[in-house]
Amino acid sequence: MPEPRLALRGVKKSFGDVEVLHGIDLAVNPGEMVCLIGASGSGKSTLLRCMNGLEPVDDGEVRLDGVDIAEPGFDLAPIRQKIGIVFQSFNLFPHMTAYDNVALAPRRVLAEDARTRIEALFERFGLAAHMGKYPDQLSGGQQQRVAVIRALAMRPQTMLFDEITSALDPELVDEVLDVLRSLRDDGMTMVLATHEMGFARELADRICFMDKGVIAEEGAPDLIFSTPQRERTKQFLASVLR
Amino acid sequence: MKTFLTATLLTLTASGAFAAGHCSAGKTLTEGTLTIATGNPAYYPWVIDDAPEAKQGFEAAVAYAIAAEMGFADNAVTWVRTSFDEAIQPGAKNFDLNMQQFSITADRDRVVDFSAPYYTAPQAVMTTVEAVDAGAKPTMESLKAMKWGVVASTTALPVVTETIQPTQSPLVYDDNANITAAMQAGQIDAALFDLPTALFTAAVLMDNGVVLGQFDASAAESPDQFGALMPEGSALKECVDEALAALTASGELAAIEAEWLQAAVGVPLIK
Amino acid sequence: MTTRRAAYEARQRRRANLLAGGSTAVVLILLIVLVPLAPGWEGVQASFFNAEIFARTFPDLLSAFLINIAIFAWSVPLIAALGLAIALARGARAPVLFPLRIFGAIYVDLFRGIPVVLLVYLVGFGIPGLGLPRPWNSPYIWGTVALVLTYSAYVAEVLRSGIESIHESQRNAAVCLGLSERDTMRYVVLPQAIRRVVPANMNMLVALQKDVALLSFIGPVEILRQAGIFKSLLANFTPYVAAAVIFLCVTVPATRYADYLMNRDRNART
Ligand SMILES: Nc1ncnc2c1ncn2[C@@H]1O[C@H](COP(=O)(O)OP(=O)(O)OP(=O)(O)O)[C@@H](O)[C@H]1O
Ligand SMILES: [Mg+2]
Repeated sequence: MPEPRLALRGVKKSFGDVEVLHGIDLAVNPGEMVCLIGASGSGKSTLLRCMNGLEPVDDGEVRLDGVDIAEPGFDLAPIRQKIGIVFQSFNLFPHMTAYDNVALAPRRVLAEDARTRIEALFERFGLAAHMGKYPDQLSGGQQQRVAVIRALAMRPQTMLFDEITSALDPELVDEVLDVLRSLRDDGMTMVLATHEMGFARELADRICFMDKGVIAEEGAPDLIFSTPQRERTKQFLASVLR
Repeated sequence: MKTFLTATLLTLTASGAFAAGHCSAGKTLTEGTLTIATGNPAYYPWVIDDAPEAKQGFEAAVAYAIAAEMGFADNAVTWVRTSFDEAIQPGAKNFDLNMQQFSITADRDRVVDFSAPYYTAPQAVMTTVEAVDAGAKPTMESLKAMKWGVVASTTALPVVTETIQPTQSPLVYDDNANITAAMQAGQIDAALFDLPTALFTAAVLMDNGVVLGQFDASAAESPDQFGALMPEGSALKECVDEALAALTASGELAAIEAEWLQAAVGVPLIK
Repeated sequence: MTTRRAAYEARQRRRANLLAGGSTAVVLILLIVLVPLAPGWEGVQASFFNAEIFARTFPDLLSAFLINIAIFAWSVPLIAALGLAIALARGARAPVLFPLRIFGAIYVDLFRGIPVVLLVYLVGFGIPGLGLPRPWNSPYIWGTVALVLTYSAYVAEVLRSGIESIHESQRNAAVCLGLSERDTMRYVVLPQAIRRVVPANMNMLVALQKDVALLSFIGPVEILRQAGIFKSLLANFTPYVAAAVIFLCVTVPATRYADYLMNRDRNART
């Protein structure tokens, strides 16, 4: 058994008096793709943000390659480049071209002019013609792909995706999911929060069903989707699959 | 015949209000009263303690003398205050006469009326003890090298730029108080005032003020003369000029000047 | 062939032009005919709109205006730099920087609270009065300092509101990419914030251009002072009108140009 890329133990998180994560245990192995599903407000986004230290964890451990990044006072800056994140709403920098959005962090953080590498990424995801455009000149799907490229340009070993298709028009969803498929083929370690059940079932190595701040049930996609054990899981799947 | 009738009528009307028939009848803002304007505030030695009603100070005394000459008793004189701008702006005025060291110039005379001059003001140079210690002298050569300050609304600026022609361009201020501040801040070395104002400012407003010298007023091409300002086309001008002529002839004007502006003697002439 | 819509729009445009032209003409005629009928018009015309005096004083006023432009030109970069520094000081989050934050807050409250004129006098006469030698006591230097103190306080507040208006998700995105706090501010937040407050800062520049004239209180003969000198020598207000014309010739194109820049910026990205 290899050491997990990402290992959470007993992670708790509160906003004010409200505890939204009640002790999460989760291990993600290198090259594994884990999908978080669950009702709105169940804590998927919060969990993802705890994984890269964007939200400080109240209690428990978050180990990235064995290093506990949740330790209070831990310097997160060097960790950021190992773990990329893409959000639901695009968060591109509106005052920069698509290319500059991507090139900024490699230049400032890695002190690297990654031009050829970045151009290759744009090429790979079908955006070579759009590098010079500003975000508001791009479609939602294109913007989201630029956001993925921006994260990838830092050469992360792990990627987190928070419902990156849910703000998109249905016909744009596929072009973004194709990007994820392609990363999967590369063997990228990925954790996704998603509402795309078909996609989760097709590609995920493991599904975690979140309910009210705990992982209520987890397992291989086929098992979760065909024979869910918990009543809540059944209800949730019934409501989203209809 | 007609002239005679009018004259009689005028005399009759006038004698109702005045002891003697006089030319100012029907020409003042308020019948039977002479309204005179001064500055706000009015300065020593022109008006003492900013109270012209007390008849103390050169302009206050001249004003009452003119009024008396025109047939107005002291209690028939009312005082108002105006700024320079109010004195020259178009539209109705709230004074018959305005006396606040207005220099008579041809340009101004086109817009307003001036009485005959009641004072010929020598221009004087005020500076600091420090400047004198550093070698300032009442000579043109010395004056040219100084940094000058003048008050914007006076005729001092053309005198500085044309007569003295200093090597550095002068700084310009709103009033004497600001000149004093600038001089104490070391931003200017010298300021040009009329002599009475220079004496007062140097002695009272400054800790280290000195009047370096005065220009010979009689030698100047166009000496700085103060006149009472009246609205353009004022019917009163004739009467005021008459009164001033009488005051000059009787020596009363000279006496008033001697009483209030006597300190002027003893200031060296600029060579 | 014109489409139905094109024909309709052409009709509407014609109608709008007619109405606009007509109402403008009426207003102009009323102004030109009625104002001179007012009883005091001749007096007003002679003392405010005297063509001869206008022509005589205009060249000197124009050269005095160069002083305004010079003071303005060296004030603006100082205001921008200090305003930015104060805005950043006010936004400093690290606890060690707390004194900086307090200083920023006091600075802004103080210098926005004091009327510019007062500051011009206070700094312009006061600081040189402490005994500075020439040329370090120049009213140009300390008058500029007064303007910079006041205007940088305003600019700092405008910038801070701009910085705070940038959505938290932008910072998050930058932080998640590993950018330092400094780089996040410099490359992500500030460029957007500054763009957002361009209109407010343009107004500030126009106000500054006018407030430069306050330096005349402490000596410099800039355009308004020059106009005042002419006014008192000529007993006529026309030089002020001439000065106003000069001011308008600069401020109107400047504001229009800023509008144009902002529109272009907006259009380029849609
Ligand atoms: N910054 C915050 N402050 C306070 N409460 C928050 C904050 N962020 C999230 N929450 C709360 O935490 C809970 C979990 O939110 P979270 O966004 O993780 O849910 P989610 O599963 O991602 O939902 P969705 O599917 O709608 O995105 C919710 O009740 C939410 O209201
Ligand atoms: Mg969410």
